[in-house]
Parts: sequence; structure tokens; C-alpha cells
Amino acid sequence: MMLIAELTQKAMRLGVPFAVHVDLTWRCNERCEHCYLEHDDQGEMGTEELLNLFDQLADAGVFFLTLSGGEPMIRRDFWDLVGRARALQFNVKLKTNAVLIRQAEAERLRSLGVEQIQISVYSHRPEVHDAITKLPGSLERTLRGVRALRAAGIKVAMANVMMRSNLADRKAVAALARELGATYSADPTVTPMITGDRSVLDLRIPGSELAGLFHDNELVGDVESFCAPPPPVGDAELDGLPCSAGHSACYVSPYGDVYPCVQFPLPSGNVRRQRFLDIWRQSPQLLEVRSIRMRDLPVCSTCAHMGICTRCPGLAWTEGSMRGPSSADCEKSFYRTGVPSANMLARGLVTFPSGIAETALAAFAPGAHAGLGLIQIAPLPQTAA
Amino acid sequence: MSATYIARSTAVAARRLGDEMVVMSALDSTLFSLSDVAAVLWESADGRTPLDQIVRDRVCSSYDVDHPTALRDAEEFVRALAAHGILFVSEQPIEAPGAQAAAASGSPR
Ligand code: SF4
Ligand code: SF4
Repeated sequence: MMLIAELTQKAMRLGVPFAVHVDLTWRCNERCEHCYLEHDDQGEMGTEELLNLFDQLADAGVFFLTLSGGEPMIRRDFWDLVGRARALQFNVKLKTNAVLIRQAEAERLRSLGVEQIQISVYSHRPEVHDAITKLPGSLERTLRGVRALRAAGIKVAMANVMMRSNLADRKAVAALARELGATYSADPTVTPMITGDRSVLDLRIPGSELAGLFHDNELVGDVESFCAPPPPVGDAELDGLPCSAGHSACYVSPYGDVYPCVQFPLPSGNVRRQRFLDIWRQSPQLLEVRSIRMRDLPVCSTCAHMGICTRCPGLAWTEGSMRGPSSADCEKSFYRTGVPSANMLARGLVTFPSGIAETALAAFAPGAHAGLGLIQIAPLPQTAA
Repeated sequence: MSATYIARSTAVAARRLGDEMVVMSALDSTLFSLSDVAAVLWESADGRTPLDQIVRDRVCSSYDVDHPTALRDAEEFVRALAAHGILFVSEQPIEAPGAQAAAASGSPR
């Protein structure tokens, strides 16, 4: 097992919050069309509050500290905050749009020992990227930032949220990342707004396009193994945890709200009212999240995909239950393997000609999901939060 | 024999996790997991206390090991960490390890 995975498991055993994501602000100089945040400042934590939080996080055993937003660099005290975070010896990862990074900022980040910077790049074409960020000139400025960071010797991870509007550009963005010496990751996940508004989900790639993505060697590596039918599920999988959220990781909003994960906005306490460690150890919500094993999930525990599914309990929660399926992940599992999920079958979203359901499932081969007349697929309706 | 002084680089992330110390170099992202004894050496690396004294006062007093053996192991260990740029080793006290770390981390990779 990789050392990092071993350490994370040890942190889970010891109940240590090993990785914490703090949004320094939800304000932003861009207005990305898929963003899940409310950008108006509702009274974010001040410098002293954040410095105090960082001290508490260090005492609690946090090693990985992700600083994000909104755009974290628009805070006037940004450098004081990063300076303190590094002085406390966190491994600091910064998520930024890099619009405000030039050579001086890049060198400062390097001298502070910030380990990695994740930057969203949606397209190699300004007209597509800038239309998503709604900030004219943003691609040019972002790429200037990437170049400055690379010149300063900082690791840059270029992250591409794939949506309807930029799907066609993903290979060119991957090539751009290679050219700039950055790593590249692409993710088709668009999350509902933190307020519960699900209208942004219309930007998601249609399910039918996912199959093409999952059968692309460049994105997934070995297509044959990635898209193979799911392996049998055993006790080890059933006794497993849904993910690290609330176990070794959590999220703190600019207003001090603690959630299990940035993508799991279950209010679990507020650091303005309680010590972080008291919330981490005693919050009824986090205790509930921590109590759940895969076998406790009524639908997913019966699903063929359970062992390999990317099911996000946060997205499931936004659909109504943290123990429920996440329909976006059901879609991914289906288009990845061609095997319908338990959720799709239970909701009648996949129907088989009478009498052949069992054989159809057993005989399902990757790529055989369309056109064979074995199944009909309807888009998964989104339930209101 | 001259004294050996050790100081932690500031270009690292480090945290105790139970009985071990997790250290990651900000220079090349190498991750280290230091055992309990190694963590004691790491935490004592203030640039001012000679390694010999750290081993006598903090290692031999708590662990069942004789001083020459512990010192030999400790010297090997600190040189290995120094080779990765996360610890500084000197025959003189190290006054400002942070400054050295910043200098060490200043050049582009
Ligand atoms: S699966 Fe969802 S809730 Fe869990 S860590 Fe990932 S994004 Fe967060
Ligand atoms: S595919 Fe759907 S039902 Fe199956 S485990 Fe994943 S989220 Fe649950």
C-alpha cells in the first residue's frame, strides 16, 4: 500500500483529522457558471479567527491543509494566513484561479514552501474559458500564473471540470498542461449549489457522452480494466467506509461552518461557537457519518458496482439521504461498465424485455449498453434536496 | 571529536501521527514516516543542542540502547535526512535554519 494511503488509514483509526479544506472566502474575481458558492460576503472569518483556527487544526493533528475559496488570493491577509499555515508546518495546497499570480507572487509561494497549486483551466480557447469564468481575459491571466509558478519550481495541477460547453476541448487542455509542465485531471462532476439549488446541474455532460470519456485511454489509462464489469462484492467491501469525509477529513467554510467535506454540506458545527476538536469529536452529524458502513446503505449494498463505485455520500445527501445512492455516480458506473446500477433498476430506469433480466446482466460486456435492445435508459431525474 | 548540530528545514510539512512523525519535503514532495525514536531526534533538531546530547538526554534515557550504538544510528539517520534537504547538519550551531531552508528552496527545480 502507498505510504499516503497507510497514513490516511492510520489517521482514521486514531480519529485524527489528517486533511482539512478551509475556504478562506467565497468571494471571487470570477463568476464561473458551474460554481456552487454564494459569492456575497455574509461575514467571513477575520484574520485572527483564521489564525486561531489554524493553531487549533495543527493541535488536532491536521497535516494536509487545502486553502481555497472563492478566490483565496483576494483576501488582504492572504500572505499572513499562508505564512502562518506554513509556520505551523502544514502541507499547504492552494486552489486558485491564478489570475492574481505573477512572478513575484509565484516566488513568494515557493519561498513559503507551498507544496502544490491547483488551478482550474476549462479550455485552451479564451472564448470558451472566459465564457465559463465570465471574466474577460481570464485564460490569458491564468496561464500567465501557471507559467510563473512553473518557472518558480512549484508543482501545478491543472483541473478541468468537464461540462457540455467545454467537453470538446479536453484533449487540447491536457496537451496544454503537458506543455506547461503541469499535471492534468478532468472531472465531469458538477455539484449542486451549496444553497441546495440544483439548476447548475443542467451544465453536466449528458450521460450518453460519459461512455466516450470512460473509453478514452488518455483519461482513464487502461480502458479494458477500467471499463471491465465490476468484481464481486464481499465482506471487505461491505464493511468498508463510504469515503474519508468525516473520518480523516473535513471542510470549514469562511463562516466557520464545519462540514464532512466541501461536497457534503451537512452542517456539523461552527468554529466560532465551539473548539474545532470538540466539533470533530462530538458533533452528532459527524458521529452519524462515521457510523455508516457500506453494508448500511440500503440500495448501494445490493449493487453490483459497490466495490468500485465512486459514490459520493455528499452528493447522495444533497439528493435526500446520506445513506442513499448518488445518481451522478450511478450514471458514471453504468456508462463505465455497461452494467446498470441497483438504483437504476430499483427506480425502473432500466427495463429489460421480460424474462431476460438475469441473463442480460450476466452477459453484459463493456460497450454493449447501447443498441443491443437489452435495455432502455432514461436520464436519471434529479430529486430536490 | 567535533560536535554535530542538527536543524530542521522549514521547507517541510511535519506532524505527529500517533507514534510516528510524518514529514513531507516541499522541495520534491518526498514523504517520510519517522519512527518514534527518529521523531524524537527530529523534534530536538533545534540547531543549538549537539546531537550527542540529544541522544544521551532524550534517546538513551527513554529507550533501551547504549550511547555509542544510538549515536552511530542517529548520525546515519541525520545524514540520510540531510541528503534529502529536510535537515541541516553542521559542526557549528545553526542559528537560523529558516533562512537556510528558504535559500535552499529558492532555486527552481
Ligand atoms: S466522495 Fe464526496 S464526500 Fe467523500 S471525500 Fe469525495 S467528494 Fe467528499
Ligand atoms: S452505482 Fe449507484 S446504486 Fe450502485 S453503488 Fe454506486 S451509487 Fe450506489
